[in-house]
Formats: sequence, C-alpha cells, structure tokens
Amino acid sequence: MAVQDAGRIDDRAGVAFFNDPRVRSWAYQLLLIAFIAWLGFVVVMNVRANLQAQNIASGWSFLNNTAGFGIIQTLAAYSEAASYGRALWIGFLNTLLVAAIGVVLATILGFIVGIARLSPNWLIARIATVYIEVIRNVPLLLQIFFWYFAALRAVPDKRSKISLFDTFHLNIAGLRGPKPIFEQGSWMIGVAIIVALVVIYFVRRWARRRQAATGQQFAMFRVGLAILIGLPLVAYFIAGMPVTIEHPVFNETGPVLRRGFELGTGFNLIPEFLALLLALVIYTAAFIGEIVRAGIMAVDKGQTEASNALGLRQNPTLRLVVVPQAMRVIIPPLISQFLNLTKNSSLAVAIAYPDLVAVGGTVLNQTGQAIEIVAIWMVVYLTISLITSMVMNWYNNAIALVER
Amino acid sequence: MKKKLLTAALGAAALGISAVGASAATLDDVKAKGFIQCGVSQGLPGFSNPDDQGNWTGLDVDLCRAVAAAVLGDADGVKFTPLSAKERFTALQSGEIDILSRNTTWTAGRDTALGLNFAGVNYYDGQGFMVRSSLGVKSALELSGASVCTNTGTTTELNVADYFRSNKLEYEIVAFEKADEVVAAYDAGRCDVFTTDQSGLYAQRLKLTNPDEHVVLPEIISKEPLGPVVRQGDDQWFNIVKWTNFCMINAEELGVSSGNVGEMMGSDNPAVKRLLGTEGAFGEALGLGNDWCANAVKAVGNYAEAFDRNVGPDTPLAIARGVNALWSDGGIQYAPPVR
Repeated sequence: MAVQDAGRIDDRAGVAFFNDPRVRSWAYQLLLIAFIAWLGFVVVMNVRANLQAQNIASGWSFLNNTAGFGIIQTLAAYSEAASYGRALWIGFLNTLLVAAIGVVLATILGFIVGIARLSPNWLIARIATVYIEVIRNVPLLLQIFFWYFAALRAVPDKRSKISLFDTFHLNIAGLRGPKPIFEQGSWMIGVAIIVALVVIYFVRRWARRRQAATGQQFAMFRVGLAILIGLPLVAYFIAGMPVTIEHPVFNETGPVLRRGFELGTGFNLIPEFLALLLALVIYTAAFIGEIVRAGIMAVDKGQTEASNALGLRQNPTLRLVVVPQAMRVIIPPLISQFLNLTKNSSLAVAIAYPDLVAVGGTVLNQTGQAIEIVAIWMVVYLTISLITSMVMNWYNNAIALVER
Repeated sequence: MKKKLLTAALGAAALGISAVGASAATLDDVKAKGFIQCGVSQGLPGFSNPDDQGNWTGLDVDLCRAVAAAVLGDADGVKFTPLSAKERFTALQSGEIDILSRNTTWTAGRDTALGLNFAGVNYYDGQGFMVRSSLGVKSALELSGASVCTNTGTTTELNVADYFRSNKLEYEIVAFEKADEVVAAYDAGRCDVFTTDQSGLYAQRLKLTNPDEHVVLPEIISKEPLGPVVRQGDDQWFNIVKWTNFCMINAEELGVSSGNVGEMMGSDNPAVKRLLGTEGAFGEALGLGNDWCANAVKAVGNYAEAFDRNVGPDTPLAIARGVNALWSDGGIQYAPPVR
C-alpha cells in the first residue's frame, strides 16, 4: 500500500521535492542519525579532553598490569601475580557460573511451583501461592543478606562439620565434596560423550521416521540413556580409568588455624556462592511459577478434551498437546526472567562473591579507570543478555505453532 | 548493586559532561554555596561516624570542620557525603565533593594516576590483623590456612596478598563491599582473621558482639599514611587543605589550643603571631583571612585535642599517640613552619 501511495504522489506534477513525503522522511531520519553520531563524537572527545586535563589515566593498557589481590573462587588459573585482565576474566566466569546454574534450577523450581499452584490439592495450591506472594514482594538484596547471614549463623564453625554419607560436608567455609581429578587420557571420555550425543540424535531421527511410516514406537528414553552412560563408561575403561576422586582433607589436630578442611583439597562451594544461588533461584522461581501457571491456563480446555476424544491418554495429552501450546506463551516472558537472573547476580558484591562487578569494582579502585571498567561491565552484560535472548528466541521459533 | 553501577556510570558521565574548567577555583565555589562538601566513610568510629542525631564526629570529620572554619569562619559549614571505599575517588573526581577525608591511604598510584592530590597526613596508620583470642594465635606468622575478611577496593586487599605470599602462608580472602558486612561476616565466624588499618580494627572491634573476645595482633604489615585528598589542578584549594592540617599540628607544637587561642592572640612569640595572623599575611596568600588558623583552632582545637577527643586513650578506641606524636615528642607528626 505504502509503495503505491508514494508512487501516486510522485506522479503528481508540480510538487516540489521538499514536499515529497518520501524525501522528507529520509531527510529527517538522516538528520537524526547525523545528530546522534555528532552527540556520540562530542561525548567521546569531551571525555578524552577532560581526562587529560584532570591528569586521570585512561586507555586499556592497565589490563596487562599486575592485579596483586586474591580471589576466593577461581574457575581458571589465577594468582595474585596475574594481570587485571585475567582477574576480570575470573570474575566473568564466576558470573557465568552462578547465572547458568541459577537459570537451570530456577526453571525447574519455577515449573514445580507453577504446576503446584494449579493443583486440585488445596494445601499444595495454597503453599505455592504463599511462596510466590512472599518471595516476589521482598527485595532481592534483603533475601541475599538473609540467606547469607542466616545460613552463616546456622551451620557449624570452620573446625567442625556436618556430613552426608561421609562424602559431602557442610560448615561455615562452604559445602565440600569429592573432586574428580582428570588425568592423562581423560579426553577420550569427553569425546565419547560427544559421540553419544551424535548417535542419540541420529537414532532419534530414525525412530521418528519409522514411527511416521509404520506407527511402531521406540523406547527412545531408555535407549538414549543407555547410550549416554554406556559409551563414556566404555571409554573410561579403555583409557585405563584415568579419573581419580580426591576427597577433602579434614584435620582434627595441628596448629589451630590448620584444623578443619585444608584449603584447596576436594571440591568446595563457598557460602557466598551458595547464598547467592539460593536467593536468585528462589526469587526468580516465584516469577517463573506465575509465568508457567499463565501458560498452562492459556491452553483451552477444549484441546485436552479433543485429545482425549482422539484416544490419547493423560500423559501423551499433556506432553504432546498441552505443554507444546503452553510453551508458546511461557517462553517469551521466561527469557526476561533468565536475563533478570543474570543481571541480578551482580548483587553478589554485597556478600563477597567475586563476580564480574565485584572484581571489576576492585580493579576500578586500584586503577581509577572508571570509564573503562564501566564500559566493560556494560558490554559484558549486554553480550550475555543478547546471546541468551538469541538462543531462547531461536528455541521459541523452533517450537512455535506453525499456522497454515 | 544496580545502584552502585548507576553511581559509577553517572560519575563517569559527569566526568565527561562537566566543563573542562570544573576543577578550578573550588574556594570560590565553596564561598558561593556557603558550605564544604566533605566525603567521609560510611561509619568508622573515631574517624568519621554519625551519632544517633546524625552529627558526624571523628578525626577526619574534624579536619573538614577545621577547613570550614578557616575558609568560612564557621565549623558547621560542612555537609557530609558517606562513601564506600570503591566510590570515594570517583566522587571527588566528578566534583561531587570538595575534600575527601576518609581514612584514605596515600600511595604513588593514587597520587599520580587518579587526577588527585594528597594534602598531607593526619594519621599515620599501618595494617594489622584481628583474631579471636580463643584461637590462641600470638603472631601473624601463625596465620597459615586462615580465611581473611576485608574490604574490596582498598590497599588492605593488596597488602594482605603480599604479606601472605611473601611469608609463604596459605589463605583465602573474603572481600566485601561495605565495612558493616565485613564486621558481620567476621562476627559470624566466616573468617578467622579481620584485617584493615590497625586504627580501623580498634574502631570496628567496638561493633562486635563481644569486643573482649578479640585481639589485635602486634604485627603491622604496611605503611598506611591516611590523609585528606583534593582534586589535582586547583593549587589554591590544595594549599588551603594542606595548611589547615599543618595549622593544627603547628598549633599543638606551639601550645595553642581551642581554650587559650584568645589569649595567645596577644602572645609575643613571633611563631605564634605568624600562625594566628597577628603578624604577616600568610592567610591572604592562601586567599583567606589572616585569622584562618586562629578560627580553625578555635573551632576544633589543635591536633592533640582532636586526637584525644576522637581516638585517644580516654575514648572507647583507646589508641596511644605512638608514631602520631609530634616529632619533638618522639613521633613523626611534623609540620613545616609558618613563615
């Protein structure tokens, strides 16, 4: 339509070009772009001039300087002698860790809560409602403090512990457990897992085609699980059992500060991480629960009835009819909850979890390069958010109802 | 933390947008608005701490009050901005505050790369360790294997890393943004050791549930000269802050105090006359009245008075003068002469 309209006006003789709506709209947009570009240029130049005038260091070379401070949780090699850039990288990994685990756990808990809210059981539905209303309406920072300081007071001190199966131990220094040590040849196990996933993909495709052609079903879940566990297990034995388990060392005697768990032995989740994860998961799950409830309620009851009329039983009805349609409603708001969780993880700095903002803040203070650090923060969070959105949108498109 | 991000971003933006000449003539700005904006800590007893009526007291606070008295003739012409360790330099750079008087350590990096100047030292400190007395630890060298609680964005964080590394001691660091959380986590037993400037340890110990169950270890592992900071590029304001600090130290040395400053105005001692402005025109050279130092001492007292009132032996902190005694008394507090 628009093109036709424009064309008709164009044909009219005697209209000056500056009265042509097409020319005008282009001109205004170009002007706007030029203005924004000019504004950006002025800001950058002004910042540079001001920084120089005030003798404040600027530029990116500080990233190679020695950091000199310690970080309590490092997922990659790090020491005090490493660079500021390396420290920021460690902080970034810590952010990713809490965000990734948080997203998975919050989704699981959120689905449980959402379904519980719709439960015909009065008690379960009420518990879910109270949970959602309380958690949604208390500020997250308070919840983080609550979990951190309440948990710290509740667990045994550094020199004692409570143990589960004599394998997992909890005290104020964190949750400790056995750590797998991968020795030479471990790469074969990784390869086996990838091979298993590829095999499962092809078997699944074959099973679907066969079902479409013949109607015969295939026990995909059981076979898939067998492949996923079996192949890496075979690789483990072929490689000569290269994985050993390291248990945390608990000292009952010796110098008083050496008692308790020895630093760096076994696998340790620090209390700062646990408190932050707990707070983020519980908080976000309350929102996800409401999204799930809305999604399920959005599927018309007639769909279930039609499915039953076609002879599908309860379980396939839920799996093949209700959930796929509910997902279309659930996914878009779920994306924002994932993004919220990731961004909220920056509250970590309040309880000493060394995430990107906490480590960046330290670097900022040691170097004074506020603009560079703030820019790094913004770019990193923007990138994480955009990638999350991209993946989730792709998934959303993949499961969207194809209308004919 | 979004708030912190915002503050930092706004600070960064303010740097960009404010005119190039923003740092010039702080004195004129202060006179025009009628008060000094002073950046202080978020609550460190003895140095800068609000009481239950919101009045700030402390050694660092007194320095700001002395500058206000010297510049405006009114020691109450100060507004205080509580700042975290992380925010403090950005707040000063962006012009949000006129003086940063917040137990801030003078280091080469901060003095040169941040666009700031340190205007002297009002307290010579050093980093120390505090532990529970029940641990029976007598020396910092026994601290191998310890969890250490501290503040982020401080020299403390770097010193402790240096100390443990150079002595080959194992440790893990738990670094919080705010001092209150450090105290709470240490009190809850998350850490074996609390480390910060030794004066800070004495101050924060008062906030613990049972202050008597904690001891400060004898080792001092660093030099922490604490002093006021101003923006670089405004030499007049730099001189005013620097010489107000010297004024209080010189006043102690010459025996001028808040109680006797009136009669000392009539003193025959030429050094006292120059200090109090009855001879010479040293105040005018600073852009102030010649009675600038007399006003400052009248309002907050000399260095000894400020020290004794805020951190001295008769206060809950009970810190001895130690190295902060005058050079003539065996300490290292030493001010150039007014002449």
